[in-house]
Amino acid sequence: MSQTLVEPMKSPPPPRELTSVPRFSDRVFRGVVTSGGLSSLVILGLIFAFLTYQGFSVLRSQGFYFITGSEWALITDDAGNMIADQTKFGIAAMLIGTILCSLVAVVIAVPISVFSALFLNFYASPRLKKFMVAVIDLMAAFPSILFGLWGFFVLMPSVEYWGKLLHKYLGFIPFFKMEVPVFTRSPFVAGVVLAVMIIPIITSVAREIFSQTPLDRVQAAYALGATRWAMIKAVALPYGRSGVVGGAMLGLGRAMGETVAVYTVLNIVYQVNWHILVGAGGNVASMILLKFGDAGPAEIKALMAAGLVLFLLTLIVNSIANFIVKRTGKSGR
Amino acid sequence: MSTPTAIKPQKPWLATPKERAINAATIVGSAIATYGLVAITPLKGKLAYFALYFIIYIAADFFIHLASRGISAGKDAIARGVVTLGLVVALLPILSILVTVFNRGRGGLHWGLLTHDMKMNSVNDPINQGGLLHALTGTSILVLIALVISLPIGILTALYLTEIKGRFAGPIRFLVQAMSGVPSIVAGLFILSAIVYPLTKAYSGFVGSLALSILMIPTIARTSEEVLLLIPNDLREAGVALGGTQWRTVAMVVLPAARTGLVTAVILGIARVAGETAPIVLLTGGGETVNANPFSGPMGSLPFYIWKSFAVGSAESVTRAWAGIFVLIVIVLILFVTARFLSERKTSR
Repeated sequence: MSQTLVEPMKSPPPPRELTSVPRFSDRVFRGVVTSGGLSSLVILGLIFAFLTYQGFSVLRSQGFYFITGSEWALITDDAGNMIADQTKFGIAAMLIGTILCSLVAVVIAVPISVFSALFLNFYASPRLKKFMVAVIDLMAAFPSILFGLWGFFVLMPSVEYWGKLLHKYLGFIPFFKMEVPVFTRSPFVAGVVLAVMIIPIITSVAREIFSQTPLDRVQAAYALGATRWAMIKAVALPYGRSGVVGGAMLGLGRAMGETVAVYTVLNIVYQVNWHILVGAGGNVASMILLKFGDAGPAEIKALMAAGLVLFLLTLIVNSIANFIVKRTGKSGR
Repeated sequence: MSTPTAIKPQKPWLATPKERAINAATIVGSAIATYGLVAITPLKGKLAYFALYFIIYIAADFFIHLASRGISAGKDAIARGVVTLGLVVALLPILSILVTVFNRGRGGLHWGLLTHDMKMNSVNDPINQGGLLHALTGTSILVLIALVISLPIGILTALYLTEIKGRFAGPIRFLVQAMSGVPSIVAGLFILSAIVYPLTKAYSGFVGSLALSILMIPTIARTSEEVLLLIPNDLREAGVALGGTQWRTVAMVVLPAARTGLVTAVILGIARVAGETAPIVLLTGGGETVNANPFSGPMGSLPFYIWKSFAVGSAESVTRAWAGIFVLIVIVLILFVTARFLSERKTSR
């Protein structure tokens, strides 16, 4: 005779209805989040649309000259109206300046940042690391105008001296050549200031990535007898490569669009200047700020068009970098 | 019977006194060698000392390790030296900046800064007249409005990328990344072309905040996304397995777990825009008096004040600019320390 220990229920509760249809709250949630997520698309689209709308007349009258030309001359008649066929708006000089300054910045900043990130993750004691991370994050929070003033008053004299050294010993490289020895307020100085500005960004991105290096691989490397450097070379660098590229990209984007620091440090001269040590140059952003103050309606339209070009340029740079990040990310893991 | 002797615990990974002595000798020795080299060769200046010291130190360290433990230890020594050098170089600017701001800004500080605006004064007046009140109120209002606009949008974007992972997640991630590359001046021009010229036709604080929020959204979204991605998937699965809807799981499990990181995201967002100058110069008009209404009239702000004072270029105005920067830095520092403190408390619990 078998005895059941559990008394059978008289009336079992009705089984819960199983469904894959999301609840109402979830549908609302997904709707809200999706619309919020699409905001970046909307904003970027609006930026493109409005800058194009405002700059269209200038872009149409100047054509390709707007990108390839390097003359900026607003010709007006006696009444102050713009004479359209004599007026020239070309931003090539400033485009070249933008690229030069930001490349100098990235070339200087990336090694320093990667080394500091490696030091913080694999060499520093936990307490030192915590403190240093806070200090570097703090530096990322410093406003660009501070870097501008500091660059102008403090950094410029030393960087001029480094520029002279570069010119003296590496003068055979075309970039470092110069006919007139004017080292003050050169794109090189601006590049160094920009490098200082983007070091914290690149460092913190690289550090985050390196700190996610799988611990088992790190331990495995040590267990196989690797020195710290051998471990970094075999495990951390391959793992973190894509993140470093991502950080460098972030820095490049910020350097290209940087306005105030460049405006403060650089001697903005409207001419094509490939020689980074010569004290003349500019970038698109600082040019917009410089010319905006006393610009009439026609020139403001041209500045809007310049803003559009800058916007598209940073967009393209980001896309290329994004592509690289995706590819290296796959091979790195 | 001999009592068993307690074995003294050993720590073979720590440096022995001999190794420590060698290390100290290397540091001191290369300092002396640097001094000697700078004295006898035409090299001069702080840069020469700095560079030579590190070169000599790394070389000495390399040879010592090479001699004692072979080539891989030598390489390791080089790597350690170079990596340390990287951090030192990265930290030099911040030291220099803090020292400069303190030294130059000190002269322009007085309590009147916090209670006066520049209504009755020009930037060329003696330092002890006028103040920053209009700039402080202006900056707080600008940043607050920008934060109110960008925080929900930024976090929603991050949630879309990490929780919903919808069809557009790839493109949206790409666009947010692209948006973080939007130069501040372009944000200013956009608001100018989309809102100021067609609609308001006047400077105001609100349009400045709009431009700032364009810069703030990607910072908050990217940082929050990174944080949310670090939340282990087990937590989400646990939430759903307990019968929670996705909404409940995100609101009660994922977001609280990521709270520290979200605070960091907000702080980074504020820091990104608090000192942003270019759009402010284009949009807010930079008034000299306290203006608490963001929708009408020019609104002063710290970056604009610094910018304008620096541009004038007289001794008094440059001191004013440094004093303004001093105040801005103190604000950033306070924000920063607060955020650190909050996140420390959260993690230690």
